[in-house]
Amino acid sequence: MLKEISVLVKKELTLEWRQKYALNGILLYVVSAVFITYLSVGARSGSLSIPTWNALYWIIILFSAVNAVAKSFVQEHQGRQLYYYMIASPESIILSKIIYNTGLTLILALLGYGVFSVILGNPVQDQGLFLLNLILGAIGFSASLTMVSGIASKAGNNSTLMAILSFPVIIPILLMAIRISKNALDGLDWSVSADKIITLIAINAIVAAAGYILFPYLWRS
Amino acid sequence: MRQSWWKILTIALLLYTLTAGLLMDVPRLPILNETIRALHFHVTMWFGMILMLVVSVFYSIKYLRTNDIKNDDMAIEFAGSAILFGVLGIVTGMLWAKFTWGDYWSGDPKQNAAAIGILMYFAYLILRNSLTDSQQRARIGAIYNIFAFAAFIPLIFVLPRLTDSLHPGNGGNPGFNAYDLDSKLRMVFYPAIIGWTLLGSWIATVRVRMRRVERVLEDRMINS
Repeated sequence: MLKEISVLVKKELTLEWRQKYALNGILLYVVSAVFITYLSVGARSGSLSIPTWNALYWIIILFSAVNAVAKSFVQEHQGRQLYYYMIASPESIILSKIIYNTGLTLILALLGYGVFSVILGNPVQDQGLFLLNLILGAIGFSASLTMVSGIASKAGNNSTLMAILSFPVIIPILLMAIRISKNALDGLDWSVSADKIITLIAINAIVAAAGYILFPYLWRS
Repeated sequence: MRQSWWKILTIALLLYTLTAGLLMDVPRLPILNETIRALHFHVTMWFGMILMLVVSVFYSIKYLRTNDIKNDDMAIEFAGSAILFGVLGIVTGMLWAKFTWGDYWSGDPKQNAAAIGILMYFAYLILRNSLTDSQQRARIGAIYNIFAFAAFIPLIFVLPRLTDSLHPGNGGNPGFNAYDLDSKLRMVFYPAIIGWTLLGSWIATVRVRMRRVERVLEDRMINS
């Protein structure tokens, strides 16, 4: 099973590397989104208030992640999916996709963080907590979005459907991540955020477990 | 499904809820005053909604195990009744909030969570309608129903408890237990939960029967 997953993750990476336009496209998406935000708020570097910085950052990450993960079941056409169906178990397919998408979301989040720091200023006082939160957020986003993109791909895969199905499901994760991120921005002590971190991990676990159990039914149809 | 005792029970319980809930003496409390009666008509909606969502998820799981379309009928109609209760819960809550908190929408965490929950189930309805094949609709609907429920539980039970809420019982506001020392309210509250939930189930089962009749008629039309 572990070997199967690592092979599948490698396959996703190779596939992504071969079609560089998709990866580059989503990276450019993040940069443009941050730049548009910068121009729209008309803020000089550093003059944005902390809650606004936080909210804008997470909204951009949310939309980029939805766009990045939405394609995880579209990229490959029906025939090849049938082939995977025959050679791999559905559990390892969903886990490999979740792992791969976590990496992708994390790259997007880090890139967004970098661009944000350069043009909108970097008010984060506790880098460690902020990065830990990014990792947890990326896991949560990818676990829920991968499952939802699987569902949306069965339903003709239109992007409206992807958005309306994923937003309500992702809100608990997003809210927790925003709260922890706010604490990291303010440089509060870790003990203040401890219970929120645990809640975020628990929500991630619930969503990932639900996806893991339900995906075989989706894959079979 | 033809049994009628529980329908009579529903009517009796709801008549009791309406008369006792509106006429019985209630504890007089600052700010809440007479609006405490919303307990029987607003809070019960959420109890009914959650109970019916549990039933809906139960039938969705059953559908995935058996692939019997009859289970899907139950799942969708119970979800439908739950959505109706959810919308009524939001509307009654907003009316209540106007009189006690001063605004229809005050950004209370429970209000927000409830609104997101309703969005989730509207998305479920749209997802179902976007699929044309009935077996596929049932299967994918069931998968999303279970998945959404898994996200709904932390949303409604965990998140609001992490922040202060304006609701009675949260954020330093005394809960109903503190108000209600002689448990007078409970004598209406518990029957009201059962009554409203039964009414929701009644609506759902009637609609399930309509669905099944329609399916049979359709089959007959195609075969004749």
